[in-house]
Amino acid sequence: MSLLSLLFVLATAYLAVFLEAAFGGFRHLVGVQLDLLPPLMVYAALSGGMLTITVLAVAGGLLLDSISVNPLGVSVLPLIAVGVVIYGGRELILRDQRFAQLVLGLAASTAVPALTLIILMTTGHKPLLGWGTLWQLAVMGVGGALVTPPCFHLFARLERALVHSRAPETSFRADREIRRGRS
Amino acid sequence: MLKRPHYIAVSLVVLLTLIILNLPSRATARLKLTIGSLFLPLVGLVHSADQLAGKATGALQPRGELVQQNETLRRENEELRLQAALAEGTERENARLRQLVGWQPRQRSRFKLASVILREPSNWWRSVEIDVGSRDGMTTNRAVLSPDGALVGRIASVRLTRSQVVLLGDPNVHVAALVDNETRDMGVIGASGPLGSGLVELGYLSKSANLKPGQTVRTSGQGGIFPRDILIGQVVDSQPVEYGFGTVARVKLAARLDALEEVWVLTE
Repeated sequence: MSLLSLLFVLATAYLAVFLEAAFGGFRHLVGVQLDLLPPLMVYAALSGGMLTITVLAVAGGLLLDSISVNPLGVSVLPLIAVGVVIYGGRELILRDQRFAQLVLGLAASTAVPALTLIILMTTGHKPLLGWGTLWQLAVMGVGGALVTPPCFHLFARLERALVHSRAPETSFRADREIRRGRS
Repeated sequence: MLKRPHYIAVSLVVLLTLIILNLPSRATARLKLTIGSLFLPLVGLVHSADQLAGKATGALQPRGELVQQNETLRRENEELRLQAALAEGTERENARLRQLVGWQPRQRSRFKLASVILREPSNWWRSVEIDVGSRDGMTTNRAVLSPDGALVGRIASVRLTRSQVVLLGDPNVHVAALVDNETRDMGVIGASGPLGSGLVELGYLSKSANLKPGQTVRTSGQGGIFPRDILIGQVVDSQPVEYGFGTVARVKLAARLDALEEVWVLTE
């Protein structure tokens, strides 16, 4: 992943956190706000390196916590945990398959809030919990799953539009050319 | 497969996070303020876009409709002025009677209007950010009211130009409340359910509490943060708890917390 792609991911994380805080349309509809960082982490883990995962987890987590009642830093650990797990098994994942993207988006978007809640409770905080939390996790999971393939599509288009693709290497070498006839 | 540098990177992030989580609350607040200020340009952009859209809508509205609206508002204003004048008379009378009885005079409340600029992105807290901060004289624990005068929450943290308001129903907000009935039952407003249906729990009520649906719940003034007699909501139902030694009621909040756009902050 190039530096420009890393910047795209970071800029998207910044916008995603702002959108979550500024627009509550989805929350009005189903009573749950979607978290857009886990789908982004799925993309980063499958397309980028460990640097992208680390930077996205730290920046995204801190940005989210800075405008939330969450203690600062609590969202970083779940994000990096999910990123590292996907990164560890990415050689076995068909990353271009929509189904794989959906499943990973579902798993990541359910795991991140669940892990955040576990960390919050472990550190002595009392978040709002109840049977409704199961509904929240389900909606966040399904919403995250649906957002993940468009996320891959968006970044693929951005990369095609803005990042230079490497010229394909050929086996032709000018110094090894056989010249026929008299020169 | 993960390699050694990967493990080192992850360990460093975990260590950094643990350090941040264990920082003193003042340092964390400053760090939150610094990182949160990165959103200021976007907040400004959305505010300007809102204003532009408002202006455009105003320009497109027919003149006749505007004149009619103006007339309605003028009448409403006159009615409110009359009510304010009558209330002033009652207030003077109240102050005089208080003086005669020897009670402390009641202080007049002052409010500052603020706009809601951001909402809580997580689903397990209830909070909003408003566009007034320490620059406007805000401090923590000031009561925040809806435009209709119903209680919304309290200021939890203050930044230079913004403040974070924790809303009723958040686990960090507890309000001493009084039910408007014959027995004047007192309890404490606590957390709501995770889905934010506008219902909160009124706990610590006595077992003999005489609660009926529709009874009004107001702040009792105890606890030192919220002044007395601010409307909270209405009782929906109640049930005995703790093997019949206490009662818990569900209260429907008067303020629509999911649709807040502007709020009043109590300044004095």
